[in-house]
Amino acid sequence: MRQPNNPVHDRISQEVGDAPVVLFMKGTPVFPQCGFSAAVVQVLSALGVRFKGVDVLSDPSLREGIKSFSDWPTIPQLYVKGEFVGGCDIVREMYQTGELADLLKTHGIETQAA
Amino acid sequence: MGRVADGMMAKLRARFQPSRLELIDESARHAGHAGARPDGESHFHLIIVAEAFRGLGRVARQRLVHTCLAEDLAGPVHALSMETRAPEEAY
Repeated sequence: MRQPNNPVHDRISQEVGDAPVVLFMKGTPVFPQCGFSAAVVQVLSALGVRFKGVDVLSDPSLREGIKSFSDWPTIPQLYVKGEFVGGCDIVREMYQTGELADLLKTHGIETQAA
Repeated sequence: MGRVADGMMAKLRARFQPSRLELIDESARHAGHAGARPDGESHFHLIIVAEAFRGLGRVARQRLVHTCLAEDLAGPVHALSMETRAPEEAY
């Protein structure tokens, strides 16, 4: 849970507010370091949505902090307009059912679905 | 099934009384990756059908499983992908 006066949580709040779609992942969108992170990058790319990738491997405090921030024990984690959407399974399912495209549209986020 | 998987299955059965429960050890597919251990039991896929999931969204369902398996996820289990369904959604 988000804790006040936790500097890592403050930083994460800032990161998730920084762009409409933010993905906390292992590695970078160009060079993902984990299959699950790569799968989410693939979904976002397929939807043609611009997103910011945050590499948790670059900072151990971030890697631990993101888990308590969202009360979610695994990475990747996708945020849309500051709200936690889910990890790899959830993002993939929501892509397949069309819910992810709908969610992005609801928030006025541009996609270029092929 | 190994020791870690047996423990996870027992906790899931006790917590959810699932009508379907499958835990697949996919560690071999992740051999050599970060978090993989030489003795396996690091990467799992879970299929679980239980009443407890009825009416809950995807995030809430997975959180129930995370809570049930918190010790394992903080310990030997590096990755757990899952399909969580209420009985009427089962296939």
